[in-house]
Amino acid sequence: MGWFTKSKKPVEALPPPEEELWIVCSSCKAHIFKQEWDKNLQVCPKCNFHEKLTCYERIHITLDEKTFREFNAEISTSDPIQFSDAAEAYKDKAEATKTKVGLKESVVTGSGKIKDITVTVAVMDFRFLGGSLGSGAGEKILLAADYALRHSRPYIVFSASGGARMHEGIISLMQMPKTCAGIARLHRAGIPYISVLTHPTTGGVSASYAMVGDLNIAEPGALIGFAGRRVIEQTIKQELPNGFQTAEYLLEHGFVDQIVHRKDMKDFLASVLRYWQRR
Amino acid sequence: MELDFEKPLVEIEKKIGELEKSAQAPDAQFGPEIAELERKKTELAKEIYAKLTPWQIVQVARHPDRPLMVDYLGGMCSQFIELHGDRCFGDDPGVLGGLATFGDYRVVVIGHRKGKNVEENVKFNFGMANPEGYRKALRLMRLAEKYRLPVVSFIDTPGAYPGPEAEARGQAEAIARNLTEMSLLQTPIVVVVTGEGGSGGAIGIGVGDVVLMLANSIYSVISPEGCASILWRDGAKAPEAAAALRLTARDLLELDVVDEVIPEPPGGAHRNHEETISATQKSLLKHLKKLVHASTKKLVAARYEKYSRIGR
Repeated sequence: MGWFTKSKKPVEALPPPEEELWIVCSSCKAHIFKQEWDKNLQVCPKCNFHEKLTCYERIHITLDEKTFREFNAEISTSDPIQFSDAAEAYKDKAEATKTKVGLKESVVTGSGKIKDITVTVAVMDFRFLGGSLGSGAGEKILLAADYALRHSRPYIVFSASGGARMHEGIISLMQMPKTCAGIARLHRAGIPYISVLTHPTTGGVSASYAMVGDLNIAEPGALIGFAGRRVIEQTIKQELPNGFQTAEYLLEHGFVDQIVHRKDMKDFLASVLRYWQRR
Repeated sequence: MELDFEKPLVEIEKKIGELEKSAQAPDAQFGPEIAELERKKTELAKEIYAKLTPWQIVQVARHPDRPLMVDYLGGMCSQFIELHGDRCFGDDPGVLGGLATFGDYRVVVIGHRKGKNVEENVKFNFGMANPEGYRKALRLMRLAEKYRLPVVSFIDTPGAYPGPEAEARGQAEAIARNLTEMSLLQTPIVVVVTGEGGSGGAIGIGVGDVVLMLANSIYSVISPEGCASILWRDGAKAPEAAAALRLTARDLLELDVVDEVIPEPPGGAHRNHEETISATQKSLLKHLKKLVHASTKKLVAARYEKYSRIGR
């Protein structure tokens, strides 16, 4: 994200800052009038870049008004390996993130309606430690899958994540089989599971629940892949072409069913859900 | 290859070698001396290995002379029939699989394949699997399910191969699919981490009813080098990252991620393949014996419980 898209306003000795009037697209750098930007659901009208949404913004544009009921909001990060790096302890980093972002984990889960169809949702938020899959996030995603199973509700997961959270070591890696075990039970029970891959969905999240939907749906231009671009370039000692690991690349290679523009997502999901309801 | 901290051990080994050579001369009587040195060597090996740092254990786990999957198969199986291909794209040489007979048990084995030398390692891609490797493994697991045969999975990989073709063919999907399918596979799965358990590349064939680890093997969400370069911004801080990640067998046992640690002979698995393989066999047979008698329904339910508890 461009460092000036959501500029921190100077703190002292200034009158209260005015509402930002312009947004700079972090992809094409075009200046977009904020009103237009918001009306366009934070999609750049010039280059169609789909900016990351916060989990509550996503819920707001996806679910029918006032239908969202959050599950397990109290589940938070834990520090299973008492991790510390050169700069700080994970525990402190996690606390600082919670205060800054106002979330307790990188995913919010719950139940709500899409055009009157009741669904279970999990929505990841990239602002929370890069949307990383920690043990709290894995637990919430599994519990929501379990809820969907018990109540026979379709499950929709919106992913936005850099992958497993290395600060939780092997415990975070084990959230991959853990979440997939929940999805497997939905598959076996015939409960719809839709994975929506948004920018970016990589590493351990792409290599677990995000890639095994009945439908894998992506937003345009989203970065989706297993290994990081830099790691691949170091391995093959070549630069990768533009467009590698994009939603469009995945569609071409057979790993997503459709690329759906953000403004059409709710209608798309509703029509698929209605199709399934006719069983 | 000789590791820094093994130098005193290697010195003794050299002396023993020299004495043994001389002992072949007529009238030489070095028996008691050799026995004494052997005793010293074992003591020293125990002493050194009891104090290894996590980073030193990483070195042992990656030691080129460590027994490989083919060695375990050679030492434990009276029969092995290799099966190739994912029936879709190709045959990944980085993943080995087939039908095997382990003592009284017929099993399907899958695992990462590393090489014994540079040529072999290039051929097997250093045990880094491509999507077709994970898909081959899944195909063989389905075969196991069909014939109600237990699956034994050997983990030893730096990670899934990070190449452009692997991405094009769906590395993420292949691993995700395996995690999903393995959680409900209607037959027992025993996993044994023999060397490196490298992140998604390891767990991609690593979901099991019982997960075992060799004493000097490692299992981690990211390589210490990778972690160091991201969080320490310096790949040379890998020793610090190795300690912070808690990636040793003992750590994973404490964290309840693995069920049992298989002891290695003094001085590590690379010093004594036979003893290592025999200890592994003993542990595998013990668990297989229990698992084959369990009801499939209970087994699969317990597998779900096992994974859903991790990090709760």
